[in-house]
Amino acid sequence: MNREKEVLKIEHISKGFDQLNVLDDISLTVHEGEIIVIVGPSGCGKSTLLRCLNGLEAVDDGHVYLGEETVNPSVKNITRIRERIGMVFQSYDLFPHKTILENVTLAPMKVQKRKRAEVNEEAKKLLERVGLSAKMSQYPRQLSGGQKQRAAIVRALIMHPEVLLFDEVTAALDPEMVREVLDVMLDLARQNRTMLIVTHEMAFARAIADRVIFLDGGHIVEDSDPGEFFTLPKTDRARKFLNTFTFDTVNKEI
Amino acid sequence: MGFEVLFKGTNFIRLLEGLGVALRISMISVGISIVLGMILGTLMSLKNPVITVLSRIYLEIVHIMPQMVLLFIVFFGFSKVMGINIPAEASAIIVFSFWGTAEMGDLVRGCLISIPMIQYESSYALGMRRSKTYLYVIIPQIIRRLIPLSINLITRMIKTTSLIMMIGIVEVLKAGQQIIEANRRTSPHVAFGVFATVFLLYFLVCWPISQLSKYLEKRWS
Repeated sequence: MNREKEVLKIEHISKGFDQLNVLDDISLTVHEGEIIVIVGPSGCGKSTLLRCLNGLEAVDDGHVYLGEETVNPSVKNITRIRERIGMVFQSYDLFPHKTILENVTLAPMKVQKRKRAEVNEEAKKLLERVGLSAKMSQYPRQLSGGQKQRAAIVRALIMHPEVLLFDEVTAALDPEMVREVLDVMLDLARQNRTMLIVTHEMAFARAIADRVIFLDGGHIVEDSDPGEFFTLPKTDRARKFLNTFTFDTVNKEI
Repeated sequence: MGFEVLFKGTNFIRLLEGLGVALRISMISVGISIVLGMILGTLMSLKNPVITVLSRIYLEIVHIMPQMVLLFIVFFGFSKVMGINIPAEASAIIVFSFWGTAEMGDLVRGCLISIPMIQYESSYALGMRRSKTYLYVIIPQIIRRLIPLSINLITRMIKTTSLIMMIGIVEVLKAGQQIIEANRRTSPHVAFGVFATVFLLYFLVCWPISQLSKYLEKRWS
């Protein structure tokens, strides 16, 4: 573990859709073992930012580097680069025609050309760690949302990525299933994984983050440590945003 | 009841031969339709405006025109106008494939656009290139959706082969009619016996196929 080592480097990236600037001159460096939580109102560009980081979207301007390599959908070795970046989506998106075990083992076998026996063994270990041993030979439709999302995390982990991107992974889940997924992510944090997490779970963000990025209108408005951000945000916009998560006690008229 | 006629001479064999002709024509047409339909469906899913208009016209023609009219055009019409003489069985295969390709194409297009974009993306995110994504993620899902639907098309094609006797092919229904013609005087109930047998033969062929489709649909849903 080398906290000085730069894993991802984002330099002045901009991205627009139909003249609307979704990302506007964003720069950010992610160090090894660092956990960055990105928060902000809907439509602020959080998801687009993550999608640019593994080349699912092209940036209009600026550069994204993974180590020494440029990340962009048009570079020749983009699939090689994506192997090194794990991404988990909001809607889990397991492959419905494959069992949970097959979902997890497909990419290591077909992309990394690893041996079936070795991949199966690692898959079983990882699935056990997230509490899915009993579900290995079942199909995604037989699992709950939380179970599917845990399987999707394992599917990303087995590729041994250098950095993990989580795009609102609990947003589509029923409230009682949010916890089980967040617990898996807290476990990953204890293993010193490098992670970028987009989330609306503020208590979770505060607990897991080394740094909190507040994104609004395509800009990084704040970049601070969680203690500071959640108690004394520097900007008005952050304060307003955080206030949307708290409620005052209702004083009834008598 | 007229069933006794079936055991006279080669009558029952002739019915089975007729059924064989019907099955041969429908199976060849299904094979052609699946291959061409896959190509057509893929082209249609590209949303190219020219392809969209052309395929729309093609599909409309197939939906509007009765198969019998198409059969007559190909079998009688082409020989007069263009001076080419297409044999009856070939005409039947052309018309059935023309029809089947349109239906298969529409099914393939529907299956293709029903696979959400995020399925492609989550495969790309795992480092799978486009060809692997299609091979391991997209095509297996399409086939699972397509097979039950295309089996339904197969049974409809088998049933519709009863029309091809209009261009002189002796399939099972025509064979039945010939047997009835020949035996009307000696056994007055022959029509019932023979047509009931024809009904049973169609049933014996189509029922297992439609059961298979139901089974696959359940298994893969």
